[in-house]
Amino acid sequence: MTTLTAATRTKVLQRQGSAVALVLVVAVSWLVFPRFGSLDNLRDLALQGSFLAVIALGMTFVIITGGIDLSVGSVYALGGVLAAWGSQYGFLVALALPLVVCAGIGLVNGLLIARTNMAPFIVTLASLLFARGLLLAITDEGATTYQIPPDSAFVELGRGTVFGFGYPIFVAAALCLLGGVVLNRTSSGQNVFATGGAEQSAILMGVPVARTKIGVYTASGTLAGLAGALTAAYLQSGVTVIGVGTELDAIAVVVIGGTLLTGGTGMVLGTVIGVGLIKVIQNVINQIGTLDSNYQSVVSGVFLLVVVVLQRVLRR
Amino acid sequence: MPTDPVIEVAGVTKTFAGVRALDDVDFTLEKGEIHALVGENGAGKSTLIKVLTGIHTPDAGRVERHGRISTIYQEVNLVPLMSVAANLFLGREPRTRLGLIDRARRDADAAALLGGYGITADVRSPLGTLAVGEQQMVALARAVQAEADVVIMDEPTSSLEPREVETLLGVVAKLHEAGIAVIYVSHRMDELYRICDRVTVLRDGKRVHTGSLAELPRIELVSLMLGRSVTEIRKHGTTAFGEDHHADTEPVLEARDLTSTPRINGVTVSIRPGEVVGLAGLLGSGRTETAKAIIGALPLDRGTVLVAGKPVPRNVKAATRAGISMLAEDRKTEGIIPNLSVRENIVLAALPKLSRFGVTSRAKQDRIVDTFVKRLRIKVSSPEQKVSELSGGNQQKVLLARWLCTEPKILLLDEPTRGIDVGAKAEVQALIDELAREGLAVLLISSELDELLDGADRLVVLRDGAVAGELEGARLTREHVLAAIAAEVMDDADSH
Amino acid sequence: MTLTATRTRWLQDNGVYVAVVALLLFNAVFTANFLTLGNFRTQLVQAAPVLIVALGMALVIGTEGVDLSVGAVMALAAAIIPLYLGAGPVPAVLMALVAGLVAGLFNGFLVAKVGIQPIVATLALLVGGRGLALVIANGQLVQLHDPAFLALGTGDVLGIPISVLIAVVLAVAVAALTNRTTFGRQLVAVGGNRRAAALAGLPVNRVLIGVYTICGVLAAVSGVLATSRLGAGDPADMGLLMELSAITAVVVGGTPLTGGKVRVLGTVTGVVLMQLVRATLIKHDLPDSIAQMIQAAIIVAAVYVARERR
Repeated sequence: MTTLTAATRTKVLQRQGSAVALVLVVAVSWLVFPRFGSLDNLRDLALQGSFLAVIALGMTFVIITGGIDLSVGSVYALGGVLAAWGSQYGFLVALALPLVVCAGIGLVNGLLIARTNMAPFIVTLASLLFARGLLLAITDEGATTYQIPPDSAFVELGRGTVFGFGYPIFVAAALCLLGGVVLNRTSSGQNVFATGGAEQSAILMGVPVARTKIGVYTASGTLAGLAGALTAAYLQSGVTVIGVGTELDAIAVVVIGGTLLTGGTGMVLGTVIGVGLIKVIQNVINQIGTLDSNYQSVVSGVFLLVVVVLQRVLRR
Repeated sequence: MPTDPVIEVAGVTKTFAGVRALDDVDFTLEKGEIHALVGENGAGKSTLIKVLTGIHTPDAGRVERHGRISTIYQEVNLVPLMSVAANLFLGREPRTRLGLIDRARRDADAAALLGGYGITADVRSPLGTLAVGEQQMVALARAVQAEADVVIMDEPTSSLEPREVETLLGVVAKLHEAGIAVIYVSHRMDELYRICDRVTVLRDGKRVHTGSLAELPRIELVSLMLGRSVTEIRKHGTTAFGEDHHADTEPVLEARDLTSTPRINGVTVSIRPGEVVGLAGLLGSGRTETAKAIIGALPLDRGTVLVAGKPVPRNVKAATRAGISMLAEDRKTEGIIPNLSVRENIVLAALPKLSRFGVTSRAKQDRIVDTFVKRLRIKVSSPEQKVSELSGGNQQKVLLARWLCTEPKILLLDEPTRGIDVGAKAEVQALIDELAREGLAVLLISSELDELLDGADRLVVLRDGAVAGELEGARLTREHVLAAIAAEVMDDADSH
Repeated sequence: MTLTATRTRWLQDNGVYVAVVALLLFNAVFTANFLTLGNFRTQLVQAAPVLIVALGMALVIGTEGVDLSVGAVMALAAAIIPLYLGAGPVPAVLMALVAGLVAGLFNGFLVAKVGIQPIVATLALLVGGRGLALVIANGQLVQLHDPAFLALGTGDVLGIPISVLIAVVLAVAVAALTNRTTFGRQLVAVGGNRRAAALAGLPVNRVLIGVYTICGVLAAVSGVLATSRLGAGDPADMGLLMELSAITAVVVGGTPLTGGKVRVLGTVTGVVLMQLVRATLIKHDLPDSIAQMIQAAIIVAAVYVARERR
């Protein structure tokens, strides 16, 4: 019976803990910082969060299978550069090129992890290096920053707005909605949970474990590439130096959102809340002005730690 | 009787790394029958099940299946973090018109299905929050729901509470009514005799008996399972144990009322210096758990362990310091450190004693390793050989040496001769004898009755986690042990 | 054992040495000015900080763990040095080492006592540690002028750079620790079979905490040396992606990620190999981009070869 109450507590904390924290942080920020609640600030907040949300969505799937994808930061940067370079050939190339290449990197990750039993950690670490190398190779060792022609339709994807809210926000929202449906309402989603929850049992229950793993890493690569393309469209150029450490942000928001790093359980909504939490805190730290912006990562680290320790303690 | 077999196996042989796991086995499962499959560890049950389900391909022989097979394993093979309903319907979820999983219907179906088995738990809660028995029932429901013609149950009740066992047996009865054939693997006599029609007994990879269970007395069934194997009969008795050694001293180890539900319940054992006490009982009767409880590796609901009259705190380190050592049953996962050398495996537990200021003394190590390699006749090319390259018997001796160099007072041996060849077996048995003569208190667990009868001065018989009898002196006979295990009271074997 | 299995085994054990010899030979023939004292000196000085971190990482990996926080710990050291340099180089270095010690203790506590997976436990410090370092340093790069401290990174003893000397001494010390002490053997046993080690009465928790602490201190030492060589406290860039280089060197050196084995000489060779690869590519005017992709391929190949067979 102790297992039951502990599990219930864990569940409540996972489902509500981060949401409660988000509400609290938002409420306090609203009261303390008058500028926080302004429409402009909220629009900006949502836009900044949307890029991370797209990456973290893929990471959520990967982590639920019990894996990890360290390559997303590099792939994100690569996606942006490819989109900017491709934009000279039109909208379609600008969008398709990063998606295809980044999906390819994700696919290779998945194949190596599922078929050769190598640790996800080390495989994606190698592809982190590889993607960064590829990025440098196509940008003249980082010396060239491809600009997107201002009249290109592609720019609209990043800078266009509805009621002042940027398109990327809607893209991220749609993808997260889709991700949630796939995860909870399709058999592929059930396979993701089963693979991470108990791999051996899943195999005995007839779950295509290898295919599921290949699928989530491919999705993660593709989504990171898409986030890169959106960022490039927004910035109107393929900035070569972005994405360093983004994989850590993505992992952090997924974990803060209540997805267990040991796999088997997690939710897209939690990840979205995690993104919100991190971005709001970041925004507030910027508002304080006197406070060093480096507190952001300290706060992320502390948050991560608290969540992980709580998960572990409640699990006992 | 008209035969309408759903599974037919003839002359199946399967060899793993030179060991015959199955030797020319025949097996037939009739439509709608409940067939008990019994045998001690290593008898070949698991291999036979894997051949039946197609996981293993036999080296020789014929396997015919005329129906779909569903298997329920001893360990619940479901996903604990997913909901009960998701587990039940994983891979065949009901869909809405949009092709999405219809969760409402899935949950309703699951609740209805489980309600039929007497389970009222919330089907939306994670499976892991259910009691093990309920989880086992969910696995059963999943297996049955797959519209199988044959359900194989591998020790489904080994971790269940009595009430849960009742429910499970009820489900089996329902399957029977529905005309589904069941292969039921268990060591629990009561269950077998209650539900099974026929029985097949395996021993050492061979089929030794098939027939109606009702016509087979319990004691004979136990005898068939434990029977001595021909190869081990030697000229001077069956084992290499010597004479009994008596000691009328105070017990050095007293374990009282060890309880860890549902595995063991109120087990009490005491051992005097120089005495070998055997733990007899079938697999799952609580033998290993008793040893683990004594060494402090099993969380207890209640019970105490005293060494030389002093209570020992319940953890491995304290028990080791108090002079208790345990040779674990599973050499691979709980014994050897595979990537280390023979020398390092031997000195592992005694390392602090062989070091000065934390720096190990190679000379001291070599001396002690040399002593034990010679004394236990461990066959190695050099002490630096990797332990994983040794034969099972020699690995066992290495582990024995590891414990002996900590100079223990009490040695717990869990199946010390399992899976090692005949020659090494005799050597290990002779060694146990020698150690006891030197004053060590030994607790010997074995599935081989002859080993226990010859090696032990006294036998504690366990049944379903409780002491079913204690045998000594003239009553230390095969018949008395079998009677105690089979729960049949013999004239002179009244309980005390 | 079959012939291919024997060959794979041999490759697993000795591949890294063969690779280093091959690269040396290749460079001796095809690379101008390779076999010069000056060049060797440069290569060794560059490799020293990586080696020191890799030594600690090898111990952690030997227990079937991993420490992702080493780069962040280096940054912490880099941030702390300027704070205390006013009181002299010795207190400054000591404080940096204490920071590493605390970080390591913290990681070890999370892994051993709380029971969090190593990769997750050390991730928190990776995310937060560098931020903390930047906060301490106010986000600034601080130029250092204490000659005694700067000598650590630039000075020589008997013609050998001090940092290289320290790295060699530490390598010998770690080798002795692994092979000659109770702690070292217990460490390998815990990594090889944790359950068996616990049943054998080994102090599993103490060993784990000790290992992470050593790794933290070694990372701090590396941070001190790298800071001294740079002549500035630069927490923003100090030790960036160091966890990656260290893990690569350890794995390439034949220490399996599955634990139970620590190869110190292999790790040293692994560091040298990765340094040589980089140097070779640079000397042949291959750009950084290609170098990174080749490193990625080497990591995958090394881990593939070293996979435990069932």
